[in-house]
Amino acid sequence: MNEIKQISGTAIPLFLDDIDTDRIIPARYLRCVTFDGLGEHAFEDDRKQDPSHPFDQEQFQESQVLISGRNFGCGSSREHAPQALMRWGIQAVVAESFAEIFFGNCTSLGIPAVTCSRDDLKEMSATVQADPKVAVSVNIETLAVTVGDKQYACQIAESARNSLTSGRWDFLGLLLEKQDDIKQTAGEIPYLNSFAS
Amino acid sequence: MSDTRNLFNTVWDLHTVTELPNGQTQLFIGLHMIHEVTSPQAFEILRDRNLSVMYPDRTIATVDHIVPTTSQVRPFVDTLAEGMMSAIEKNCDEFGVTLLDIDDERQGIVHVVGPEQGLTQPGMTIVCGDSHTSTHGAFGSIAIGIGTSNVAQVLASQTMYLNRPKVRQVVVNGELKPGVFAKDVILHIIRKLGVQGGVGYAYEYAGEVFDRMTMEERMTVCNMSIEGGARCGYINPDQKTVDYLQGRPFAPKAEEFDKAAEWWLSLASTPDSEFDDVVEFAAADIEPTVTWGINPAQSIGISENIPSPEQFDETEQVGIAEALAFMDLTSGAGIKGQKIDVAFIGSCTNGRISDLRQAAEIAKGRRVAENVKAIVVPGSQLVRKQAMEEGLDKIFEEAGFEWREAGCSMCLAMNPDKLQGREICASSSNRNFKGRQGSPTGRTLLMSPAMVTAAAIHGCVTDVREMLDPASV
Repeated sequence: MNEIKQISGTAIPLFLDDIDTDRIIPARYLRCVTFDGLGEHAFEDDRKQDPSHPFDQEQFQESQVLISGRNFGCGSSREHAPQALMRWGIQAVVAESFAEIFFGNCTSLGIPAVTCSRDDLKEMSATVQADPKVAVSVNIETLAVTVGDKQYACQIAESARNSLTSGRWDFLGLLLEKQDDIKQTAGEIPYLNSFAS
Repeated sequence: MSDTRNLFNTVWDLHTVTELPNGQTQLFIGLHMIHEVTSPQAFEILRDRNLSVMYPDRTIATVDHIVPTTSQVRPFVDTLAEGMMSAIEKNCDEFGVTLLDIDDERQGIVHVVGPEQGLTQPGMTIVCGDSHTSTHGAFGSIAIGIGTSNVAQVLASQTMYLNRPKVRQVVVNGELKPGVFAKDVILHIIRKLGVQGGVGYAYEYAGEVFDRMTMEERMTVCNMSIEGGARCGYINPDQKTVDYLQGRPFAPKAEEFDKAAEWWLSLASTPDSEFDDVVEFAAADIEPTVTWGINPAQSIGISENIPSPEQFDETEQVGIAEALAFMDLTSGAGIKGQKIDVAFIGSCTNGRISDLRQAAEIAKGRRVAENVKAIVVPGSQLVRKQAMEEGLDKIFEEAGFEWREAGCSMCLAMNPDKLQGREICASSSNRNFKGRQGSPTGRTLLMSPAMVTAAAIHGCVTDVREMLDPASV
């Protein structure tokens, strides 16, 4: 897999808390057997109810970095949520915090999900609102989010950072390297061995 | 030195394949449950890489999210849903996975089926591509919801990478008052600890209240752990756990069962067990609880008033105002008396036989209010059958409820059961997110099945305690 160290481009601000995965991709679009076409339905119901939703604004259409608030991606485990964002064009998410399953799903897809302080997010969001073309980058090697000429500290779980920056985020392949260890562990689990002590 | 590990850490250590330098554990998974929504893309990954399912007998499939609850005759009217059915049937057949299909009487919501069949057992690691997998923690297992990439990983390797969470003991002591149910307990805990309070933690529910609960009540509690941010919640196995499993189709038999029971009971946390955090609540403080907002922590006791944004921390005020506006509810007013349009009894949270019995007890001899559409959706075909043997279907139908086939139904509305427009629904499900029940502008009030029934009968949110048989109060 490719090494993912920095995402650069422009940002789209959606500075709200507790954005759940039903809002990111409504359940009716989960009636599918592939992830194709999910991008156009990202935040569909929110967009219909809010004509000024950032995902519909011309100036944010080419954005790569999503800025949000606390507990982003809470709720359902649906990988359709980060898939929808990715297929819309998002390559990195910056928020105050993430729900765990969503965070894991992002890492599986090669999307860095980094956290920043609330005050910093507020400032970034305001900067991007005022100047949608301002250059934004998320660097998980240096743990910095840059917005124009301002730099902010960010964090990401070391395991995710390590996997992404080293290009070792094909977890399926890595897991399968340990076939002998897997079988050995299985041999020691009581319920797999008739509870023999 | 004595073992000070809690159940979670004991079970985790047992399933550890390797520890990675980056701090993650490659964890062996004892039971993998799959369903039609989050598995098709995972099987496609296996096909692309020419991989097989490593332990097909540790994997079991059913269909629940998209199945209609009126007629289940194939092909389904919804061609997309029918396509998903064909996909899981083809995948299970091709990869050698047992499928409890729509024509199998063991079919139902995956988190109802697992315990019912005795697949869910103490000491297991259990995953499913569904966040409410935490339900299975009721048996003293490590049960977590996973994404589709993880589903592919577990299918192919029976393992996945996880960061070991901290463990928080959530203690509730004392006695619950009449009319206060397991649902109220977990809604109260989420309200107090917040929707992200559990991020990074597994919750161990302990204390007199959980000790007294039936297995089904424990499932209701563990089910909603994820709504409090905890990917996993569990209760230590005890004699009730053992008794529940005895005789279930997939449970060990005869002498092997005795050996299993001994091992299961040995896993429980002890008074010496250590925790990263402990919080305590008093059972006496818990009232019948109802949500007023757009996440499961936005709830109040039935006798309280809907809060105003000013009562919250400054950082939360925008979200609170957004919730009140969406719900069209007024700060300072009570939730009691709030009119409803729809009543939904069902889901992996509250779609089991004891839930239906509680609801039927309230519904018996009464009538659903005019203008309220009320539906009862059993959590599995076997729950449905049991309820019909007990005559619960007749009680519901005579009261004006629709009696449906088993499935997830209006909990997430991937099937034809949906709210329309701005309808407001009293629901025994687990999420009150915007648009969750199928209408983008539809509204959800979460509560216990007994409270949903009370609301259906009065046409508005009602304190179920006023309807209980005085002899039982």
